[in-house]
Amino acid sequence: MIRSWEFYVDMIFVTAKAWILSLLGRFLPDWIVVLASITISGVVILCLGPVIMMYLTLLERKVIGRIQNRYGPNRVGKWGLLQPIADGIKMFTKEDIVPANADKIVHLLAPIVIVVPALMIFLVVPFGERMTAVNLNIGLLFFIAVSSVTILPIFMGSWASRNKYSLLGGMRTAAQMISYEIPMTLAVVPAIMMSQSLSTNTIVLAQTGDFDLHWFIFTPWGIVGFIIFFLCATAECNRPPFDLPEAESELVAGFHTEYSGMKFALFYMAEYMNAFTLCGIAATLFLGGWQGPFLPSWLWFFGKTFLLICVMIWFRGTFPRFRVDHLMGFAWKFLLPLTLINILLTALWQFTSNLTAWLWSILILGISLWILVKLNRTFVPEKRHYPLES
Amino acid sequence: MIVLPLSHILIFSLVLFAIGVYGALVRRNIIGILISIELMLNAANINLIAFSKYTSLSPETGQIFALFVIAIAATAAAVGLAIVLALYRVRKTVQADEVNLLKW
Amino acid sequence: MPILEIAAKFGTYAVMAVILIFALGVVTFRNLFHCALCLAAALIGTAVIYVVLQAEYLAAIQILLYVGAVVTLIIFAIMLTEHLAGKTARQNNSQSLLAIVGLLGFVTLLATLILKTPWPVTPTALQAKNSVMGLGKALMGTYVFPFEVISIILIAALIGTVVIAKKDAPEEPL
Repeated sequence: MIRSWEFYVDMIFVTAKAWILSLLGRFLPDWIVVLASITISGVVILCLGPVIMMYLTLLERKVIGRIQNRYGPNRVGKWGLLQPIADGIKMFTKEDIVPANADKIVHLLAPIVIVVPALMIFLVVPFGERMTAVNLNIGLLFFIAVSSVTILPIFMGSWASRNKYSLLGGMRTAAQMISYEIPMTLAVVPAIMMSQSLSTNTIVLAQTGDFDLHWFIFTPWGIVGFIIFFLCATAECNRPPFDLPEAESELVAGFHTEYSGMKFALFYMAEYMNAFTLCGIAATLFLGGWQGPFLPSWLWFFGKTFLLICVMIWFRGTFPRFRVDHLMGFAWKFLLPLTLINILLTALWQFTSNLTAWLWSILILGISLWILVKLNRTFVPEKRHYPLES
Repeated sequence: MIVLPLSHILIFSLVLFAIGVYGALVRRNIIGILISIELMLNAANINLIAFSKYTSLSPETGQIFALFVIAIAATAAAVGLAIVLALYRVRKTVQADEVNLLKW
Repeated sequence: MPILEIAAKFGTYAVMAVILIFALGVVTFRNLFHCALCLAAALIGTAVIYVVLQAEYLAAIQILLYVGAVVTLIIFAIMLTEHLAGKTARQNNSQSLLAIVGLLGFVTLLATLILKTPWPVTPTALQAKNSVMGLGKALMGTYVFPFEVISIILIAALIGTVVIAKKDAPEEPL
């Protein structure tokens, strides 16, 4: 069968894996080939995670530097490209400090455990056409379930450190992550309803259309769902402006105050991998995943994901940190009702695509947004005066 | 599909349930008792799903019951822990045998 | 592929053993925080058992609700009631021996019953494929009444929890 060169560029990774497997299948029994298939996917993901994390740190420092009108790292290698490797070597050679009163085993386990869910989410992210590592039929639910486990190692680290700042950071993280998990899960529901599937692959396939541009974000409920999902994703991976768990000016470093060296690096790594996978899932659900005209599918996926990551970095460079009560109020009193209204609208009008339905839903969304903003007047404490002693 | 004998799964969940009962009987701390109860509910869930997989003709039934059990377990944990916190605030203890004001 | 099947079978038994070990940890550890962590590990192991029994949806819900919500709640309560560094008080009461003897009798009785009962394991049921779609249809069709009752219970529990845990008088010291 003759196919265009675009197809081969698109399928380059899939073809490479199939070639290796067919080579193995010639000499070895079937069960080794199955194991080899799993191993290849696993090794690729195990390498991909850390590499993405390393260069995300570089990207973040560069972009933040530009936002703050400075250069960012540019000494190690061309454009600072070797900076992450230098950082890695530094992390490896640092002393590993364990507090004297710490709960040693749990203190050791926490940074190891936190990497596991971060890597496991990679399994269901569709990196390109036929490039999902495990095509689960409950892929999206798997993602939600696994990302909810992240709270546990944070608790372990904060409790085992025996440090008041760690404990406060851990408590704040738990409160924040539980609160934002609920609107995040509900914001996903419109995408599930439109594609009628929980599998990430099928959700991407449901967004095909003219020029592969039939993305869910181009519907009123899709864009509301996307914005809510993205805000909650930013809160879930504790990035600014939702970075209360590790607010430097209040809590030293939050739950990883007592960690140093490689253990600290593991926390850092999990955070950046979470940021990547959350952006990847957001792109999959609402931005059409690997769908897109002209370019190979995996390029589209990585392009969209990195665009979203750049938006996250932009948030960090722009917004000041939330106050705790504002943070909780935002999740419970604003995002949660809005997601519920959004689900209702999706259920009412997802099958009709005429203009009146769209206008009605936009109108209802606008009115509910206005009402919610009016109801959520921020509490401004009375101004206090401290008269100077004369 | 892996074919385990049904009785092995049942014995496994029986032992899990027994461990949970042991915890609920001997723990002094109320939170410890709650944790043990979660373990018991979990064992019951394994049984429900195993039966629905191996015997019933509609595979959904057992799973839906397990779903209800999980939801009830979550509410039980939430209400129970709220009571524990209220108790801690009033009596400064979470040990079950120290809360004996109503005991004759 | 018999080798993979045998490996999967032994893997399942290994997971069962690990769950039981963690469950023993749940009821024996003195530090309640360790107990809660063991509970989380046992619950994740149970999710693996669900996957083996082809209930993937339940496995995901188990991790989401139990590990993500219930264990977090329990740890929250432990943090609010325990002292951070102090040695914890005696955790077990004096009924330990009695409980072990009674439970051993209970387990042997039920185990013999389980082994002697001819379970009606039907091959058709073993082959039946359950989908998330079928689960949703059953939940919204046959079981819609219990479903609604559950939602009312959840709302009631939500309000009740807030009312119970709320402080009565703000000036009272914690």
